[in-house]
Amino acid sequence: MIEFQGVSKSYEGRVILPRLDLTLPAGKSTILIGPSGCGKSTLLRLVIGLVRPDTGTVSVEGTLLNPETVTAIRRALGYVIQDGGLFPHLSARDNVALMARHLGWNAGRVDRRLGELAELTRFPLDGLDRFPTQLSGGQRQRVGLMRALMLDPSVILLDEPLGALDPMVRAELQVDLRAIFRELKKTVVMVTHDLGEAGWFADEILLMRDGRIVQRGPLSDLLDIPAEPFVAQFVRAQRQVLEIDGKDRP
Amino acid sequence: MIASLAMLVAIGFVTPDPVRIGSKAFTESVILGDLAEQLLNEEGIPALHRRELGGTQVLFHALEAGELDVYPEYTGTIAAEILAGQNLKGEAEIRAALAGRGIGIGRSLGFNNTYAIGMQDTVAAKLGIRTISDLRKHPDLKFGVSNEFIERIDGWPGLRTRYDLPQRDVVGLEHVLAYKALASGEIAATELYSTDAEILALGLRVLRDDLGYFPSYECVWLYRLDLKTRAAKPLRVLERLEGRIDETAMARMNKRAKIDKVVESRVAADFLRETIGVKSKVVSEGFARRLVRRLGEHLFLVAVSLSAAIAVAIPLGVIASRRPLAGVFILSVAGMIQTIPSLALLVFMIPVLGIGAKPALVALFLYSLLPILRNTATGLREVPIGLRESAEALGLPAWSRLWKVEFPLASRGILGGIKTAAVINIGTATIGALIGAGGFGQPILTGIRRDDLTMILWEGAIPAAVLAIAVQAAFDLSERLVVPKGLRL
Repeated sequence: MIEFQGVSKSYEGRVILPRLDLTLPAGKSTILIGPSGCGKSTLLRLVIGLVRPDTGTVSVEGTLLNPETVTAIRRALGYVIQDGGLFPHLSARDNVALMARHLGWNAGRVDRRLGELAELTRFPLDGLDRFPTQLSGGQRQRVGLMRALMLDPSVILLDEPLGALDPMVRAELQVDLRAIFRELKKTVVMVTHDLGEAGWFADEILLMRDGRIVQRGPLSDLLDIPAEPFVAQFVRAQRQVLEIDGKDRP
Repeated sequence: MIASLAMLVAIGFVTPDPVRIGSKAFTESVILGDLAEQLLNEEGIPALHRRELGGTQVLFHALEAGELDVYPEYTGTIAAEILAGQNLKGEAEIRAALAGRGIGIGRSLGFNNTYAIGMQDTVAAKLGIRTISDLRKHPDLKFGVSNEFIERIDGWPGLRTRYDLPQRDVVGLEHVLAYKALASGEIAATELYSTDAEILALGLRVLRDDLGYFPSYECVWLYRLDLKTRAAKPLRVLERLEGRIDETAMARMNKRAKIDKVVESRVAADFLRETIGVKSKVVSEGFARRLVRRLGEHLFLVAVSLSAAIAVAIPLGVIASRRPLAGVFILSVAGMIQTIPSLALLVFMIPVLGIGAKPALVALFLYSLLPILRNTATGLREVPIGLRESAEALGLPAWSRLWKVEFPLASRGILGGIKTAAVINIGTATIGALIGAGGFGQPILTGIRRDDLTMILWEGAIPAAVLAIAVQAAFDLSERLVVPKGLRL
């Protein structure tokens, strides 16, 4: 469970989050969606401690996020960004194992975990010794996911993880990712700007605008009972894309 | 390796004290230094000649700092440069002023190396000219003097006034060209130094300064007064040279070294044998041995100063990359150091560090800082923000982020900075010879002094250039070790 209490954030005089109270349920997939600059990525970055709130508090699984707890909380979270954020100087294997080795895992334990994750994410074992520049975009994203899952975190945060992929690869990963999330029963918070993708993953969708939650609920609610005109407008703008995109989607 | 090299140096500094003789970077001074060294050695007193140590400031500071025990100096230089602005009159006042700084002054070695007026001996004989006053009777004589002499108040203008010289046909030209013009008869008289090698080589007559216009530049030993208390003997031995070298003898030695290209140590040995009756050994070192010794000296300077610069500049570069304000400050200071002329920097350090390798190491260390600092700071700043955040989000502590992510990603830039510093360092290390640090700068200095292009090139400039290329190649190879494979794909 992730809780925001009275959280506000401005950046260079621009208000990103006016004041937010929000609870994201454990074991569910929550999808944050909205136009660019609506504050959805900032929410994720607040949770992982890359952004500190001006006011209010964030807590993860009941632990208040502060300078003392941030490292422990980060290790209990998996964070995946667009294009994987892999370190180019490390092989796929070393990227995934970096943190585990830092924590002193022995080679056997690291290898066993790598084997499990490669199977889970359907990543070829022989690709583990390649460097990021030698991998395809989809493979990089699978490695990024493996790295996030290495320490078996209870929460996975994904910031537009599929944004940089071409449609075929993207569709394939959407299927795999949902299967993984369902299997692991993790708390998932994903940011996307694609309503179709949101519907595909979501137990619940949060539509944001200017740092506010405009509507919260399943995709059907957003489509059928829009909370305000903006929701209908947002859905309409995405519908065309949804229909075209939908043909590729299983 | 660096530690063991440092040990060797430390040992070098504490070996039993020989008498340390200095000389300036011109032939006469080097010959006098060799004379002193050989004479002392033959009398059973260990002596070491640190040759060609730059100019007056370097030598005198080194003497004051206790890095040298004795060196040959000129009375005019003592009054005009070392004790300038104190308006001292007479020998007693000068002696007292020097004594106040712990320095003693000997009696004249017998020659006065001052400005003089010279003519072709045959021409002067025909016209019956022996003194400068005699020139008054020959208003048509054409003078050619150096541009500096024409302008100096104590040069031509003053000379003309004092002697009331009538000559109007005076041209300014380069000193070297003046000798040629004199030899070809284009000019009849020129100014020269009274012990110039060319006096003998060209058969010149030095006109007597009968009105005593030119200041006296008697050559004397300047020595540390504590040398007397440490051991009186060296001084007594050196006193044996006082009054024994007249202008002609000095000019003859200068000619043998400069014109006939006889090495200074041989010239000094011959003088000792012929005039003082002392036989001395001249040790000469073969080309290969010289080259290897200088390579060792040069590499020592570069390796120690560069290692120290790496150890200091990389942490400072990390700070500069993290804190913009501190970064501006650190880089400005390093940049400012870079603008200090190297010779000035070396001279500043002599009172604190003496002469030899130490001040050279410090100067080279300081000059190596900027490229390493700048590349480290820039390299770290240019690590993509997404990667820095990924490392943070993983929960890696700051220290591990630096070592495992940021340094490897910035490694190419940092290595580039070190490579630049190394190449600059190898070039700059040649100036270390000015303060007795040895290396490939030494033959360059000697070659310039002797007008010996072969020596400058084959023993100094080319080996230094080859070393720079070799070191650069070594760094290119080391890129494979330092820069992670993933960044070289």
